[in-house]
Amino acid sequence: MSTAVEAPRRRIVASPSGWAVWGSVVIFMLLVAGVVCSVLVNSFGTRWFGTWLPQGFTTRWYAEAWRDFGLFQVIVVTLEVAVAVVVLSVLIGVPASYVLARRTFPGKKLVYFAFLLPIMMPPITYGIPLATVLYKFHLAGNLSGVILANLVPCVPFVILTMTPFIEQIDPTIERAARMSGARTLSVFTRILAPLLVPGILASCILVLVRTVGMFELTFLTAGPDSNTLVVALFNSMNAAGIRAQQSVDSMAVIYMTVMLVLLVVALRFVNPTQLVAQVREEPEP
Amino acid sequence: MSAQAAHPGLSRRHRLAERGIDGQLLLLVPAVVFVIGLFIYPFLYGLGLSFQPAKGGGPFADYQRFFTDAFQRDTIWKTLRLSIPAALFNVLASVPIAYRMRGRFRGKRLVTTLLVIPITLGTVLTAEGLINFLGPAGWFNRILKTLHLREDPLGLINNYWGVFFSLVITGFPFAFLLILSYLSGIDPTLERAAATLGASARQRFRQITLPLLAPGLATTFCLTFVLAFSVFPSAILVGNPTGSTRVLSIAAYQAAYEQYDYPFASTIAMIMGAVELIVLGFVLLWRSRFYVGSTGGKG
Repeated sequence: MSTAVEAPRRRIVASPSGWAVWGSVVIFMLLVAGVVCSVLVNSFGTRWFGTWLPQGFTTRWYAEAWRDFGLFQVIVVTLEVAVAVVVLSVLIGVPASYVLARRTFPGKKLVYFAFLLPIMMPPITYGIPLATVLYKFHLAGNLSGVILANLVPCVPFVILTMTPFIEQIDPTIERAARMSGARTLSVFTRILAPLLVPGILASCILVLVRTVGMFELTFLTAGPDSNTLVVALFNSMNAAGIRAQQSVDSMAVIYMTVMLVLLVVALRFVNPTQLVAQVREEPEP
Repeated sequence: MSAQAAHPGLSRRHRLAERGIDGQLLLLVPAVVFVIGLFIYPFLYGLGLSFQPAKGGGPFADYQRFFTDAFQRDTIWKTLRLSIPAALFNVLASVPIAYRMRGRFRGKRLVTTLLVIPITLGTVLTAEGLINFLGPAGWFNRILKTLHLREDPLGLINNYWGVFFSLVITGFPFAFLLILSYLSGIDPTLERAAATLGASARQRFRQITLPLLAPGLATTFCLTFVLAFSVFPSAILVGNPTGSTRVLSIAAYQAAYEQYDYPFASTIAMIMGAVELIVLGFVLLWRSRFYVGSTGGKG
Protein backbone atom coordinates (compact mmCIF):
# COMPACT_ATOMS: atom_id res chain seq x y z
CA MET A 1 0.00 0.00 0.00
CA SER A 2 2.80 2.40 0.81
CA THR A 3 4.21 2.48 -2.71
CA ALA A 4 0.74 2.95 -4.14
CA VAL A 5 0.09 6.00 -1.97
CA GLU A 6 3.52 7.57 -2.02
CA ALA A 7 4.17 7.48 -5.74
CA PRO A 8 1.31 9.81 -6.76
CA ARG A 9 1.55 11.83 -3.57
CA ARG A 10 4.75 13.30 -4.90
CA ARG A 11 2.93 14.42 -8.01
CA ILE A 12 -0.06 16.02 -6.30
CA VAL A 13 1.72 17.42 -3.29
CA ALA A 14 0.29 20.92 -3.63
CA SER A 15 -3.33 20.04 -4.27
CA PRO A 16 -5.72 19.86 -1.29
CA SER A 17 -8.29 17.94 -3.30
CA GLY A 18 -5.62 15.37 -4.06
CA TRP A 19 -5.01 14.93 -0.36
CA ALA A 20 -8.74 14.49 0.22
CA VAL A 21 -8.97 11.84 -2.48
CA TRP A 22 -5.96 9.89 -1.29
CA GLY A 23 -7.07 10.34 2.32
CA SER A 24 -10.41 8.72 1.62
CA VAL A 25 -8.70 5.83 -0.20
CA VAL A 26 -6.44 5.32 2.82
CA ILE A 27 -9.42 5.43 5.21
CA PHE A 28 -11.21 2.85 3.11
CA MET A 29 -8.13 0.63 3.01
CA LEU A 30 -7.79 0.94 6.80
CA LEU A 31 -11.42 -0.14 7.21
CA VAL A 32 -10.81 -3.19 5.01
CA ALA A 33 -7.55 -3.95 6.80
CA GLY A 34 -9.31 -3.63 10.16
CA VAL A 35 -12.05 -6.00 9.05
CA VAL A 36 -9.60 -8.58 7.70
CA CYS A 37 -7.05 -8.33 10.51
CA SER A 38 -9.59 -8.52 13.34
CA VAL A 39 -10.84 -11.83 11.93
CA LEU A 40 -7.28 -13.04 11.49
CA VAL A 41 -6.12 -12.03 14.99
CA ASN A 42 -9.24 -13.36 16.70
CA SER A 43 -8.86 -16.75 15.00
CA PHE A 44 -5.43 -17.19 16.62
CA GLY A 45 -6.32 -15.66 19.99
CA THR A 46 -7.00 -17.53 23.21
CA ARG A 47 -9.10 -15.07 25.22
CA TRP A 48 -9.83 -11.54 24.05
CA PHE A 49 -11.81 -9.25 26.36
CA GLY A 50 -11.32 -5.50 26.52
CA THR A 51 -7.68 -5.39 25.43
CA TRP A 52 -5.96 -4.41 22.20
CA LEU A 53 -4.73 -7.92 21.50
CA PRO A 54 -5.72 -11.36 22.80
CA GLN A 55 -4.02 -12.69 25.93
CA GLY A 56 -2.21 -15.41 24.05
CA PHE A 57 -2.02 -17.09 20.70
CA THR A 58 -2.94 -20.61 19.74
CA THR A 59 -3.84 -22.64 16.67
CA ARG A 60 -6.25 -24.95 18.41
CA TRP A 61 -9.32 -23.16 16.97
CA TYR A 62 -8.33 -24.33 13.53
CA ALA A 63 -8.22 -27.95 14.62
CA GLU A 64 -11.55 -27.45 16.36
CA ALA A 65 -13.18 -25.79 13.33
CA TRP A 66 -11.77 -28.43 10.99
CA ARG A 67 -13.26 -31.19 13.13
CA ASP A 68 -16.54 -29.60 14.23
CA PHE A 69 -17.65 -28.12 10.95
CA GLY A 70 -16.48 -31.11 8.86
CA LEU A 71 -14.43 -28.74 6.77
CA PHE A 72 -12.74 -31.43 4.71
CA GLN A 73 -16.08 -32.53 3.30
CA VAL A 74 -17.19 -28.91 2.85
CA ILE A 75 -14.05 -28.07 0.87
CA VAL A 76 -14.47 -31.18 -1.29
CA VAL A 77 -18.07 -30.16 -2.03
CA THR A 78 -16.97 -26.61 -2.83
CA LEU A 79 -14.38 -27.88 -5.30
CA GLU A 80 -16.81 -30.34 -6.89
CA VAL A 81 -19.43 -27.63 -7.38
CA ALA A 82 -16.91 -25.10 -8.70
CA VAL A 83 -15.30 -27.48 -11.20
CA ALA A 84 -18.65 -28.78 -12.45
CA VAL A 85 -20.02 -25.26 -12.87
CA VAL A 86 -16.89 -24.09 -14.71
CA VAL A 87 -16.84 -27.04 -17.13
CA LEU A 88 -20.57 -26.98 -17.84
CA SER A 89 -20.83 -23.22 -18.27
CA VAL A 90 -17.90 -23.19 -20.72
CA LEU A 91 -19.36 -26.11 -22.69
CA ILE A 92 -22.76 -24.44 -22.91
CA GLY A 93 -21.61 -20.85 -23.16
CA VAL A 94 -18.74 -20.83 -25.66
CA PRO A 95 -20.64 -22.26 -28.67
CA ALA A 96 -23.48 -19.83 -28.01
CA SER A 97 -21.12 -16.87 -27.81
CA TYR A 98 -19.53 -17.95 -31.09
CA VAL A 99 -22.92 -17.72 -32.81
CA LEU A 100 -23.69 -14.39 -31.14
CA ALA A 101 -20.32 -12.96 -32.14
CA ARG A 102 -20.29 -14.09 -35.76
CA ARG A 103 -23.84 -14.29 -36.99
CA THR A 104 -26.95 -12.19 -37.40
CA PHE A 105 -30.27 -13.97 -37.31
CA PRO A 106 -33.89 -13.07 -36.58
CA GLY A 107 -34.47 -12.68 -32.85
CA LYS A 108 -30.80 -12.17 -31.97
CA LYS A 109 -31.61 -9.20 -29.73
CA LEU A 110 -34.21 -11.22 -27.86
CA VAL A 111 -31.75 -14.07 -27.28
CA TYR A 112 -29.11 -11.62 -26.09
CA PHE A 113 -31.59 -9.99 -23.72
CA ALA A 114 -32.55 -13.41 -22.31
CA PHE A 115 -28.87 -14.02 -21.55
CA LEU A 116 -28.49 -10.61 -19.95
CA LEU A 117 -31.47 -10.94 -17.59
CA PRO A 118 -30.04 -13.51 -15.13
CA ILE A 119 -27.08 -11.19 -14.54
CA MET A 120 -29.21 -8.11 -13.94
CA MET A 121 -31.67 -9.79 -11.56
CA PRO A 122 -30.90 -10.14 -7.85
CA PRO A 123 -30.14 -13.84 -7.13
CA ILE A 124 -32.83 -14.04 -4.46
CA THR A 125 -35.54 -12.92 -6.91
CA TYR A 126 -35.07 -15.82 -9.31
CA GLY A 127 -33.41 -18.08 -6.73
CA ILE A 128 -36.60 -18.67 -4.74
CA PRO A 129 -38.78 -19.70 -7.73
CA LEU A 130 -35.82 -21.70 -9.08
CA ALA A 131 -35.36 -23.53 -5.79
CA THR A 132 -39.10 -24.22 -5.68
CA VAL A 133 -38.97 -25.76 -9.17
CA LEU A 134 -35.82 -27.75 -8.36
CA TYR A 135 -37.40 -29.10 -5.18
CA LYS A 136 -40.48 -30.07 -7.19
CA PHE A 137 -38.30 -32.22 -9.46
CA HIS A 138 -36.29 -33.49 -6.45
CA LEU A 139 -33.15 -31.86 -7.81
CA ALA A 140 -32.50 -29.48 -4.93
CA GLY A 141 -31.10 -30.34 -1.52
CA ASN A 142 -28.17 -32.15 -3.07
CA LEU A 143 -25.12 -31.51 -5.19
CA SER A 144 -26.96 -31.43 -8.54
CA GLY A 145 -29.30 -28.68 -7.33
CA VAL A 146 -26.41 -26.53 -6.18
CA ILE A 147 -24.64 -26.99 -9.51
CA LEU A 148 -27.76 -26.25 -11.59
CA ALA A 149 -28.59 -23.13 -9.57
CA ASN A 150 -25.05 -21.80 -9.83
CA LEU A 151 -25.06 -22.31 -13.59
CA VAL A 152 -27.86 -19.77 -13.98
CA PRO A 153 -25.71 -16.64 -13.62
CA CYS A 154 -22.50 -18.34 -14.82
CA VAL A 155 -23.55 -19.43 -18.33
CA PRO A 156 -24.68 -15.89 -19.26
CA PHE A 157 -21.50 -14.56 -17.69
CA VAL A 158 -19.36 -16.81 -19.92
CA ILE A 159 -21.41 -15.74 -22.95
CA LEU A 160 -21.00 -12.05 -22.17
CA THR A 161 -17.26 -12.47 -21.56
CA MET A 162 -16.57 -14.61 -24.60
CA THR A 163 -18.67 -12.79 -27.21
CA PRO A 164 -16.42 -9.70 -27.40
CA PHE A 165 -13.38 -11.97 -27.23
CA ILE A 166 -14.52 -13.98 -30.27
CA GLU A 167 -15.52 -10.78 -32.10
CA GLN A 168 -11.92 -9.60 -32.07
CA ILE A 169 -10.59 -12.81 -33.68
CA ASP A 170 -10.15 -12.21 -37.40
CA PRO A 171 -12.95 -14.10 -39.25
CA THR A 172 -10.78 -14.39 -42.39
CA ILE A 173 -8.73 -17.09 -40.64
CA GLU A 174 -11.84 -19.24 -40.36
CA ARG A 175 -12.80 -18.49 -43.96
CA ALA A 176 -9.36 -19.52 -45.12
CA ALA A 177 -9.74 -22.80 -43.23
CA ARG A 178 -13.14 -23.39 -44.80
CA MET A 179 -11.70 -22.62 -48.25
CA SER A 180 -9.15 -25.33 -47.58
CA GLY A 181 -11.96 -27.75 -46.90
CA ALA A 182 -12.28 -27.78 -43.12
CA ARG A 183 -15.71 -28.57 -41.69
CA THR A 184 -17.29 -26.72 -38.76
CA LEU A 185 -15.98 -29.25 -36.24
CA SER A 186 -12.38 -29.03 -37.41
CA VAL A 187 -12.60 -25.23 -37.71
CA PHE A 188 -13.60 -25.30 -34.05
CA THR A 189 -11.01 -27.75 -32.79
CA ARG A 190 -8.01 -26.79 -34.96
CA ILE A 191 -8.47 -23.08 -35.69
CA LEU A 192 -10.68 -21.50 -33.03
CA ALA A 193 -9.85 -23.53 -29.95
CA PRO A 194 -6.14 -22.56 -29.85
CA LEU A 195 -7.05 -18.90 -30.40
CA LEU A 196 -9.78 -19.05 -27.74
CA VAL A 197 -7.67 -20.62 -24.99
CA PRO A 198 -6.70 -17.31 -23.29
CA GLY A 199 -10.31 -16.08 -23.30
CA ILE A 200 -11.68 -19.40 -22.05
CA LEU A 201 -9.06 -19.52 -19.32
CA ALA A 202 -9.96 -16.01 -18.17
CA SER A 203 -13.68 -16.72 -18.06
CA CYS A 204 -13.07 -20.09 -16.32
CA ILE A 205 -11.24 -18.32 -13.54
CA LEU A 206 -13.86 -15.59 -13.23
CA VAL A 207 -16.61 -18.23 -13.02
CA LEU A 208 -14.57 -20.13 -10.42
CA VAL A 209 -14.17 -17.05 -8.22
CA ARG A 210 -17.87 -16.22 -8.57
CA THR A 211 -19.03 -19.74 -7.80
CA VAL A 212 -16.88 -20.17 -4.69
CA GLY A 213 -18.11 -16.78 -3.46
CA MET A 214 -21.75 -17.19 -4.50
CA PHE A 215 -23.85 -17.30 -1.37
CA GLU A 216 -27.54 -16.82 -2.15
CA LEU A 217 -28.16 -19.49 -4.80
CA THR A 218 -26.15 -22.15 -2.99
CA PHE A 219 -27.84 -21.27 0.29
CA LEU A 220 -31.31 -21.68 -1.23
CA THR A 221 -30.63 -25.04 -2.89
CA ALA A 222 -28.07 -26.77 -0.65
CA GLY A 223 -28.96 -29.68 1.59
CA PRO A 224 -27.14 -30.67 4.79
CA ASP A 225 -24.32 -32.46 2.94
CA SER A 226 -24.01 -30.13 -0.03
CA ASN A 227 -22.99 -26.89 1.69
CA THR A 228 -20.17 -24.94 0.12
CA LEU A 229 -17.63 -23.13 2.28
CA VAL A 230 -19.38 -19.75 2.22
CA VAL A 231 -22.75 -21.27 3.17
CA ALA A 232 -21.18 -23.32 5.97
CA LEU A 233 -19.58 -20.11 7.23
CA PHE A 234 -22.90 -18.28 7.19
CA ASN A 235 -24.67 -21.13 8.96
CA SER A 236 -22.09 -21.26 11.73
CA MET A 237 -22.25 -17.47 12.15
CA ASN A 238 -26.02 -17.44 12.17
CA ALA A 239 -26.09 -20.10 14.89
CA ALA A 240 -23.84 -17.92 17.05
CA GLY A 241 -23.34 -19.00 20.62
CA ILE A 242 -23.13 -22.70 19.85
CA ARG A 243 -19.46 -22.52 18.86
CA ALA A 244 -16.74 -20.22 20.11
CA GLN A 245 -16.42 -17.04 18.07
CA GLN A 246 -12.74 -17.88 17.45
CA SER A 247 -13.71 -21.20 15.91
CA VAL A 248 -16.04 -19.43 13.47
CA ASP A 249 -13.31 -16.91 12.75
CA SER A 250 -10.77 -19.60 11.92
CA MET A 251 -13.26 -21.01 9.43
CA ALA A 252 -13.58 -17.50 8.01
CA VAL A 253 -9.79 -17.38 7.67
CA ILE A 254 -9.81 -20.68 5.80
CA TYR A 255 -12.46 -19.29 3.45
CA MET A 256 -10.45 -16.09 3.08
CA THR A 257 -7.31 -18.09 2.22
CA VAL A 258 -9.16 -20.05 -0.45
CA MET A 259 -10.50 -16.84 -1.98
CA LEU A 260 -7.12 -15.11 -1.88
CA VAL A 261 -5.38 -18.07 -3.55
CA LEU A 262 -8.04 -17.95 -6.27
CA LEU A 263 -7.57 -14.20 -6.56
CA VAL A 264 -3.80 -14.47 -6.95
CA VAL A 265 -4.28 -17.12 -9.64
CA ALA A 266 -6.99 -15.02 -11.29
CA LEU A 267 -4.88 -11.88 -11.42
CA ARG A 268 -2.21 -13.72 -13.35
CA PHE A 269 -4.65 -14.19 -16.20
CA VAL A 270 -7.16 -11.36 -16.01
CA ASN A 271 -7.29 -7.64 -15.44
CA PRO A 272 -8.72 -6.61 -12.04
CA THR A 273 -11.61 -4.80 -13.71
CA GLN A 274 -12.68 -8.04 -15.36
CA LEU A 275 -13.42 -9.50 -11.94
CA VAL A 276 -16.05 -6.82 -11.58
CA ALA A 277 -17.79 -6.81 -14.93
CA GLN A 278 -17.01 -7.35 -18.53
CA VAL A 279 -15.75 -4.04 -19.84
CA ARG A 280 -13.40 -4.17 -22.76
CA GLU A 281 -10.10 -2.72 -21.66
CA GLU A 282 -8.50 -0.59 -24.30
CA PRO A 283 -4.79 0.12 -24.52
CA GLU A 284 -4.05 3.11 -22.36
CA PRO A 285 -2.93 6.23 -24.19
CA MET B 1 -34.65 -10.58 -52.26
CA SER B 2 -34.99 -9.94 -55.99
CA ALA B 3 -32.66 -12.83 -56.70
CA GLN B 4 -34.93 -15.01 -54.63
CA ALA B 5 -37.97 -13.94 -56.64
CA ALA B 6 -36.12 -14.67 -59.88
CA HIS B 7 -35.43 -18.24 -58.76
CA PRO B 8 -38.67 -19.62 -57.31
CA GLY B 9 -37.20 -23.12 -57.36
CA LEU B 10 -34.62 -22.23 -54.72
CA SER B 11 -34.68 -24.77 -51.92
CA ARG B 12 -36.26 -23.87 -48.60
CA ARG B 13 -32.94 -24.48 -46.90
CA HIS B 14 -31.21 -22.01 -49.18
CA ARG B 15 -33.85 -19.35 -48.55
CA LEU B 16 -33.54 -19.76 -44.80
CA ALA B 17 -29.77 -19.53 -45.08
CA GLU B 18 -30.17 -16.21 -46.88
CA ARG B 19 -31.98 -14.89 -43.82
CA GLY B 20 -29.22 -16.15 -41.57
CA ILE B 21 -30.78 -19.40 -40.37
CA ASP B 22 -28.70 -22.52 -40.92
CA GLY B 23 -27.13 -25.45 -39.14
CA GLN B 24 -24.61 -23.33 -37.31
CA LEU B 25 -27.36 -21.84 -35.17
CA LEU B 26 -27.66 -25.27 -33.53
CA LEU B 27 -24.65 -24.24 -31.47
CA LEU B 28 -26.97 -21.81 -29.72
CA VAL B 29 -29.46 -24.51 -28.76
CA PRO B 30 -27.88 -25.74 -25.48
CA ALA B 31 -27.63 -22.21 -24.10
CA VAL B 32 -31.18 -21.29 -25.12
CA VAL B 33 -32.59 -24.53 -23.68
CA PHE B 34 -30.65 -23.83 -20.53
CA VAL B 35 -31.93 -20.25 -20.12
CA ILE B 36 -35.51 -21.33 -20.81
CA GLY B 37 -35.32 -24.34 -18.50
CA LEU B 38 -33.50 -22.83 -15.56
CA PHE B 39 -34.39 -19.15 -15.73
CA ILE B 40 -37.49 -18.35 -17.75
CA TYR B 41 -39.53 -21.42 -16.78
CA PRO B 42 -38.86 -21.07 -13.01
CA PHE B 43 -39.59 -17.38 -13.24
CA LEU B 44 -42.93 -17.94 -14.97
CA TYR B 45 -43.66 -20.81 -12.58
CA GLY B 46 -43.04 -18.44 -9.66
CA LEU B 47 -45.24 -15.82 -11.30
CA GLY B 48 -48.01 -18.36 -11.73
CA LEU B 49 -47.55 -19.61 -8.18
CA SER B 50 -47.89 -16.08 -6.82
CA PHE B 51 -51.47 -16.01 -8.17
CA GLN B 52 -52.40 -19.28 -6.42
CA PRO B 53 -52.35 -18.38 -2.73
CA ALA B 54 -51.93 -21.30 -0.36
CA LYS B 55 -54.55 -19.85 1.99
CA GLY B 56 -57.22 -19.41 -0.66
CA GLY B 57 -58.84 -16.17 -1.74
CA GLY B 58 -58.70 -14.58 -5.15
CA PRO B 59 -55.66 -14.73 -7.41
CA PHE B 60 -54.38 -11.47 -5.92
CA ALA B 61 -54.86 -12.51 -2.28
CA ASP B 62 -51.12 -12.85 -1.64
CA TYR B 63 -50.39 -9.45 -3.15
CA GLN B 64 -53.14 -7.96 -1.01
CA ARG B 65 -51.71 -9.72 2.01
CA PHE B 66 -48.28 -8.24 1.30
CA PHE B 67 -49.46 -4.68 0.82
CA THR B 68 -51.95 -4.63 3.70
CA ASP B 69 -49.52 -6.05 6.28
CA ALA B 70 -47.30 -3.18 7.38
CA PHE B 71 -44.61 -5.61 8.58
CA GLN B 72 -44.28 -6.95 5.02
CA ARG B 73 -44.99 -3.73 3.13
CA ASP B 74 -42.31 -1.78 4.97
CA THR B 75 -39.64 -4.16 3.67
CA ILE B 76 -39.83 -2.34 0.30
CA TRP B 77 -39.07 0.96 1.97
CA LYS B 78 -36.36 -0.58 4.16
CA THR B 79 -34.66 -2.16 1.14
CA LEU B 80 -34.71 1.06 -0.86
CA ARG B 81 -33.59 3.14 2.12
CA LEU B 82 -30.55 0.90 2.35
CA SER B 83 -29.71 0.20 -1.28
CA ILE B 84 -30.23 3.58 -2.96
CA PRO B 85 -28.04 5.62 -0.54
CA ALA B 86 -25.40 2.86 -0.57
CA ALA B 87 -25.33 2.69 -4.38
CA LEU B 88 -25.31 6.50 -4.69
CA PHE B 89 -22.51 6.81 -2.15
CA ASN B 90 -20.43 4.16 -3.90
CA VAL B 91 -20.83 5.78 -7.31
CA LEU B 92 -20.39 9.39 -6.19
CA ALA B 93 -17.35 8.63 -4.03
CA SER B 94 -15.78 6.69 -6.89
CA VAL B 95 -15.95 9.53 -9.42
CA PRO B 96 -13.39 11.97 -7.91
CA ILE B 97 -11.07 9.15 -6.86
CA ALA B 98 -11.18 7.47 -10.27
CA TYR B 99 -10.77 10.89 -11.93
CA ARG B 100 -7.56 11.36 -9.96
CA MET B 101 -6.26 7.92 -10.79
CA ARG B 102 -7.20 7.67 -14.44
CA GLY B 103 -3.70 8.45 -15.69
CA ARG B 104 -0.76 6.14 -15.40
CA PHE B 105 1.22 6.04 -12.20
CA ARG B 106 3.43 3.65 -10.38
CA GLY B 107 1.50 1.18 -8.27
CA LYS B 108 -1.81 1.57 -10.10
CA ARG B 109 -2.10 -2.17 -10.50
CA LEU B 110 -1.40 -2.60 -6.78
CA VAL B 111 -4.21 -0.19 -5.85
CA THR B 112 -6.68 -1.92 -8.16
CA THR B 113 -5.58 -5.32 -6.82
CA LEU B 114 -6.05 -4.19 -3.22
CA LEU B 115 -9.50 -2.93 -4.12
CA VAL B 116 -10.49 -6.26 -5.65
CA ILE B 117 -9.85 -8.06 -2.35
CA PRO B 118 -13.06 -6.93 -0.58
CA ILE B 119 -15.12 -7.94 -3.64
CA THR B 120 -13.70 -11.45 -3.65
CA LEU B 121 -14.11 -11.80 0.10
CA GLY B 122 -17.86 -11.36 -0.23
CA THR B 123 -20.52 -10.18 2.17
CA VAL B 124 -20.46 -13.09 4.61
CA LEU B 125 -16.81 -12.63 5.50
CA THR B 126 -17.18 -8.84 5.54
CA ALA B 127 -20.00 -9.23 8.03
CA GLU B 128 -17.86 -11.40 10.28
CA GLY B 129 -15.06 -8.85 10.14
CA LEU B 130 -17.37 -5.92 10.83
CA ILE B 131 -18.73 -7.64 13.93
CA ASN B 132 -15.19 -7.97 15.23
CA PHE B 133 -13.87 -4.61 14.11
CA LEU B 134 -16.76 -2.20 14.68
CA GLY B 135 -18.37 -4.08 17.56
CA PRO B 136 -18.54 -2.62 21.10
CA ALA B 137 -15.20 -4.22 22.10
CA GLY B 138 -13.63 -3.93 18.66
CA TRP B 139 -10.58 -1.96 17.65
CA PHE B 140 -12.54 0.95 16.21
CA ASN B 141 -14.36 1.75 19.44
CA ARG B 142 -11.13 1.24 21.40
CA ILE B 143 -9.41 3.84 19.22
CA LEU B 144 -12.26 6.30 19.81
CA LYS B 145 -12.00 5.68 23.54
CA THR B 146 -8.22 6.02 23.63
CA LEU B 147 -8.41 9.31 21.76
CA HIS B 148 -11.17 10.43 24.20
CA LEU B 149 -13.47 11.14 21.29
CA ARG B 150 -16.22 9.11 22.86
CA GLU B 151 -16.56 7.24 26.15
CA ASP B 152 -19.34 4.76 25.48
CA PRO B 153 -18.96 2.64 22.32
CA LEU B 154 -20.69 3.72 19.13
CA GLY B 155 -23.40 1.27 18.09
CA LEU B 156 -22.26 0.52 14.56
CA ILE B 157 -23.39 -3.06 14.15
CA ASN B 158 -26.74 -4.83 14.45
CA ASN B 159 -28.42 -1.81 12.94
CA TYR B 160 -28.78 0.12 9.69
CA TRP B 161 -25.17 1.30 9.70
CA GLY B 162 -23.65 -2.16 9.98
CA VAL B 163 -25.38 -3.19 6.76
CA PHE B 164 -24.53 0.13 5.12
CA PHE B 165 -20.83 -0.35 5.91
CA SER B 166 -20.86 -3.87 4.54
CA LEU B 167 -22.51 -2.58 1.33
CA VAL B 168 -19.84 0.10 1.02
CA ILE B 169 -16.98 -2.34 1.60
CA THR B 170 -18.14 -4.69 -1.14
CA GLY B 171 -19.80 -2.10 -3.39
CA PHE B 172 -17.31 0.75 -3.45
CA PRO B 173 -14.40 -1.16 -5.06
CA PHE B 174 -16.87 -2.58 -7.57
CA ALA B 175 -18.14 0.87 -8.55
CA PHE B 176 -14.65 2.33 -8.50
CA LEU B 177 -13.12 -0.24 -10.85
CA LEU B 178 -16.00 0.11 -13.29
CA ILE B 179 -15.83 3.91 -13.33
CA LEU B 180 -12.06 3.79 -13.66
CA SER B 181 -12.34 1.68 -16.78
CA TYR B 182 -15.07 3.94 -18.20
CA LEU B 183 -12.93 7.00 -17.50
CA SER B 184 -9.83 5.58 -19.13
CA GLY B 185 -11.98 4.90 -22.21
CA ILE B 186 -12.62 8.63 -22.71
CA ASP B 187 -10.27 10.11 -25.27
CA PRO B 188 -7.87 12.37 -23.32
CA THR B 189 -7.27 14.61 -26.35
CA LEU B 190 -10.81 16.00 -25.95
CA GLU B 191 -9.85 17.46 -22.60
CA ARG B 192 -6.57 18.72 -23.93
CA ALA B 193 -8.41 20.45 -26.77
CA ALA B 194 -10.70 22.14 -24.25
CA ALA B 195 -7.69 23.22 -22.21
CA THR B 196 -6.16 24.78 -25.33
CA LEU B 197 -9.34 26.77 -25.78
CA GLY B 198 -8.96 28.13 -22.26
CA ALA B 199 -11.32 25.90 -20.21
CA SER B 200 -10.43 25.64 -16.53
CA ALA B 201 -10.08 22.25 -14.82
CA ARG B 202 -13.57 22.59 -13.36
CA GLN B 203 -15.10 23.48 -16.74
CA ARG B 204 -13.28 20.61 -18.41
CA PHE B 205 -14.69 18.17 -15.88
CA ARG B 206 -18.23 19.61 -15.94
CA GLN B 207 -18.57 20.06 -19.70
CA ILE B 208 -16.31 17.42 -21.29
CA THR B 209 -15.73 14.50 -18.96
CA LEU B 210 -19.01 14.36 -17.06
CA PRO B 211 -21.34 14.23 -20.10
CA LEU B 212 -19.16 11.54 -21.67
CA LEU B 213 -19.12 9.62 -18.40
CA ALA B 214 -22.89 9.90 -17.74
CA PRO B 215 -23.87 6.64 -19.53
CA GLY B 216 -21.10 4.80 -17.67
CA LEU B 217 -22.30 6.34 -14.39
CA ALA B 218 -25.82 5.12 -15.06
CA THR B 219 -24.62 1.58 -15.84
CA THR B 220 -22.41 1.55 -12.76
CA PHE B 221 -25.25 2.79 -10.59
CA CYS B 222 -27.52 0.04 -11.95
CA LEU B 223 -25.00 -2.73 -11.27
CA THR B 224 -24.13 -1.40 -7.81
CA PHE B 225 -27.79 -0.96 -7.02
CA VAL B 226 -28.56 -4.57 -8.00
CA LEU B 227 -25.81 -5.73 -5.64
CA ALA B 228 -27.08 -3.59 -2.78
CA PHE B 229 -30.73 -4.36 -3.48
CA SER B 230 -30.25 -8.11 -3.08
CA VAL B 231 -28.47 -7.67 0.27
CA PHE B 232 -29.17 -10.79 2.27
CA PRO B 233 -26.38 -12.30 4.39
CA SER B 234 -25.14 -9.02 5.83
CA ALA B 235 -28.67 -7.81 6.58
CA ILE B 236 -29.05 -10.88 8.79
CA LEU B 237 -25.56 -10.93 10.31
CA VAL B 238 -24.66 -7.28 10.93
CA GLY B 239 -28.11 -5.80 10.62
CA ASN B 240 -31.23 -5.97 12.69
CA PRO B 241 -33.11 -8.66 10.75
CA THR B 242 -36.31 -8.30 12.73
CA GLY B 243 -36.36 -4.50 12.65
CA SER B 244 -34.67 -1.77 10.68
CA THR B 245 -32.95 -4.01 8.14
CA ARG B 246 -35.68 -6.55 7.47
CA VAL B 247 -35.23 -6.24 3.71
CA LEU B 248 -37.29 -7.84 0.94
CA SER B 249 -34.93 -10.79 0.55
CA ILE B 250 -35.29 -11.68 4.25
CA ALA B 251 -39.08 -11.50 3.94
CA ALA B 252 -39.00 -13.76 0.88
CA TYR B 253 -36.61 -16.19 2.56
CA GLN B 254 -38.72 -16.40 5.71
CA ALA B 255 -41.88 -17.04 3.72
CA ALA B 256 -40.23 -19.86 1.77
CA TYR B 257 -38.03 -21.58 4.33
CA GLU B 258 -39.61 -20.78 7.69
CA GLN B 259 -43.32 -20.77 6.85
CA TYR B 260 -43.02 -23.06 3.77
CA ASP B 261 -45.51 -20.78 1.97
CA TYR B 262 -44.02 -20.94 -1.52
CA PRO B 263 -46.80 -18.94 -3.23
CA PHE B 264 -46.29 -16.07 -0.79
CA ALA B 265 -42.49 -16.32 -1.18
CA SER B 266 -42.90 -16.16 -4.97
CA THR B 267 -45.16 -13.14 -4.55
CA ILE B 268 -42.47 -11.35 -2.56
CA ALA B 269 -39.82 -12.35 -5.12
CA MET B 270 -41.97 -10.96 -7.94
CA ILE B 271 -42.57 -7.71 -6.02
CA MET B 272 -38.82 -7.53 -5.43
CA GLY B 273 -38.11 -7.93 -9.14
CA ALA B 274 -40.74 -5.33 -10.03
CA VAL B 275 -39.38 -2.75 -7.56
CA GLU B 276 -35.87 -3.30 -8.88
CA LEU B 277 -36.97 -2.92 -12.49
CA ILE B 278 -38.82 0.31 -11.64
CA VAL B 279 -35.68 1.85 -10.12
CA LEU B 280 -33.54 0.65 -13.05
CA GLY B 281 -36.14 2.05 -15.44
CA PHE B 282 -35.88 5.50 -13.83
CA VAL B 283 -32.08 5.45 -14.06
CA LEU B 284 -32.11 4.40 -17.70
CA LEU B 285 -34.71 7.07 -18.45
CA TRP B 286 -32.42 9.65 -16.87
CA ARG B 287 -29.53 8.27 -18.86
CA SER B 288 -31.40 8.53 -22.16
CA ARG B 289 -31.60 12.31 -21.67
CA PHE B 290 -27.81 12.54 -22.00
CA TYR B 291 -25.39 12.31 -24.85
CA VAL B 292 -25.46 8.78 -26.25
CA GLY B 293 -22.63 8.87 -28.76
CA SER B 294 -19.27 7.22 -28.59
CA THR B 295 -17.45 7.32 -25.29
CA GLY B 296 -14.56 5.29 -26.54
CA GLY B 297 -16.64 2.17 -27.13
CA LYS B 298 -18.05 1.97 -23.65
CA GLY B 299 -21.05 3.07 -21.70
